[in-house]
Amino acid sequence: MKKLSARRRHPLAALVVLLFALAATGGLYTALAPAGEAKAEASDSSLAIEEGKKLYAVGCSSCHGMGGQGGSDGPSLVGVGAAAVDFQVSTGRMPMQAKGPQAPKKPKAYTPEETAQLAAYIASLGPGPAIPESSAYNPADGDSAKGGELFRTNCAQCHNFTGQGGALTHGKYAPNLHDVEPRHIYQAMLTGPQAMPSFPDSTLTPEQKRDIIAWLDAVNTSESPNPGGFSLGGFGPVSEGLYAWTFGIGVLIAAAVWIAAHTAKARKS
Amino acid sequence: MSSETGSSKDVSEEHLPTAQEHGTVTVADDPFADPGLPAHEPRIQDIDEKAAKRSERTVTLLFVLSSLATVGFIVSFLLIPIDKIVYIWPFGHVSGLNFALGWTLGLALFCIGAGAVHWSRTLMSDEEVPDERHQIAASPEVKAEVLAEFRAGTEESGIGFGRRKMMRNSLLGALALVPLSGVVLLRDLGPAPGDKLRHTAWDAGKRIVNENTGLPLRPEDITVGSLTQAMPEGLDLHDHDFHAQIAKAAVMLVRLEPDDIKDEQSAEWGHEGILCFSKICTHIGCPATLYERQTHHALCPCHQSTFDLADGARVLFGPAGHPLPQLRITTNDDGELVALGDFAEPPGPSFWERG
Repeated sequence: MKKLSARRRHPLAALVVLLFALAATGGLYTALAPAGEAKAEASDSSLAIEEGKKLYAVGCSSCHGMGGQGGSDGPSLVGVGAAAVDFQVSTGRMPMQAKGPQAPKKPKAYTPEETAQLAAYIASLGPGPAIPESSAYNPADGDSAKGGELFRTNCAQCHNFTGQGGALTHGKYAPNLHDVEPRHIYQAMLTGPQAMPSFPDSTLTPEQKRDIIAWLDAVNTSESPNPGGFSLGGFGPVSEGLYAWTFGIGVLIAAAVWIAAHTAKARKS
Repeated sequence: MSSETGSSKDVSEEHLPTAQEHGTVTVADDPFADPGLPAHEPRIQDIDEKAAKRSERTVTLLFVLSSLATVGFIVSFLLIPIDKIVYIWPFGHVSGLNFALGWTLGLALFCIGAGAVHWSRTLMSDEEVPDERHQIAASPEVKAEVLAEFRAGTEESGIGFGRRKMMRNSLLGALALVPLSGVVLLRDLGPAPGDKLRHTAWDAGKRIVNENTGLPLRPEDITVGSLTQAMPEGLDLHDHDFHAQIAKAAVMLVRLEPDDIKDEQSAEWGHEGILCFSKICTHIGCPATLYERQTHHALCPCHQSTFDLADGARVLFGPAGHPLPQLRITTNDDGELVALGDFAEPPGPSFWERG
């Protein structure tokens, strides 16, 4: 003890005390604070709604308002349904990182349980599309040929014929649908996230939505066959022609220059 | 200063430049004379027989490789099934047949080219041989002879000076008229469009059919923020003029909150906020259905013409010259959406007579 008191006027003593105090406070908080992630019982929907309401108040209400009524920073969530919440939150689009023309896909901020709780709370605000059953979007059950036709009629104008995405106005864009989960494609068609219009069941039947998912599964996943090799963005003859004229002819010109620049003479000058 | 050094004329002899010796300056006879070709430099193959043999072997190898690649092409064509998909890094899941055919044919052609280039560079004679230019004009004798023959011809035929004018003029007339047959044939390029561009398959009472399901649409089918592609009832995909009809009659339906609609006439022509617009861009006829539900803008993918569907499809941006025509709609007794008539103006791109 003598040693300790002898050093109490050491220049670093204050720093050491501060570190101890911080460690003690943090440790006590961890030990005594209530568990951060309350595990909601899936069966108890009212509990899920309660938990969802708490999560909503912390993570969403600053833009969408305390009761989901919307505001100047975000639209009303009354009646958007659980499907919209599941799409936006489990693809990481919500909560938004910063206000901008488009909320891009990013690593998600909530666990699946928390997402379900948020969805239950928003669904309780007003009737809206529910999260689809997995059988509704199984690509193996769809007809990809019909889906391709439907995709070209309803989706290709923004997302390109094979779902490669494309530009819209003022920094908005239709994202590339490469390897997007079938559940998220289904929910996006059902709810119409951000600038995208919705395609309710009255416009595009559930079977047709599944056909579209089968089409995307056939043409735009990591496993989809691409008989020609490089797809060059899937834009068709324009990008292919540009590639042939610039890269192809460029290589030919470079080869011709290379042949002419290397003399065959015995004495190199 | 001048008082100290004196006049500039009084320069002492030693400071003056030495007088030039008047002699002849040697100038080349012709300063722009053609230096001629540089002396021929031999290649290693010209000097060393071993190197020449090596070149020959290389060229032969390339040609043999080309032959093998052609055999490979034929073998892959016969053996690889057309629907075989193989994973090849970094190309991904590609068609095995395409891949094999492309590489073998490419290799066969490349080896022929590379062999020929190597042959000509290393083994063929590389002695440069000049070929002097010569006068383009013919010699005076030849000129005189040709002119004399020409004059004799005109004299004999009578086309020329004075005689047989009528015959000559009738020939000129006949020659001038012949191309008219070609011009007349242009009429057969097709019947003139008449008023077809002004009328579409839409008519009063025609039901609006969902293009996806083929079923008539009801107001409750069209929700706010949704986009529905539609066409008039009675169009059959297998009809011979289906594409000519759908190219004029294709429409899209959107539903806006009534407060969001800025154009009164547009709101009146709709039904409970449901608006039905031609989706054929008024620029050059692409389907302008890139609908943004938040801004109510519809864009055309071809040239980015932007229409504000909340304001009577007014053109906000781009080369389109007219708003998208709006179809007047209502509901029939069965509660189905129907047209109140054809478009008030021709849909699609402007044309000459439209003004």
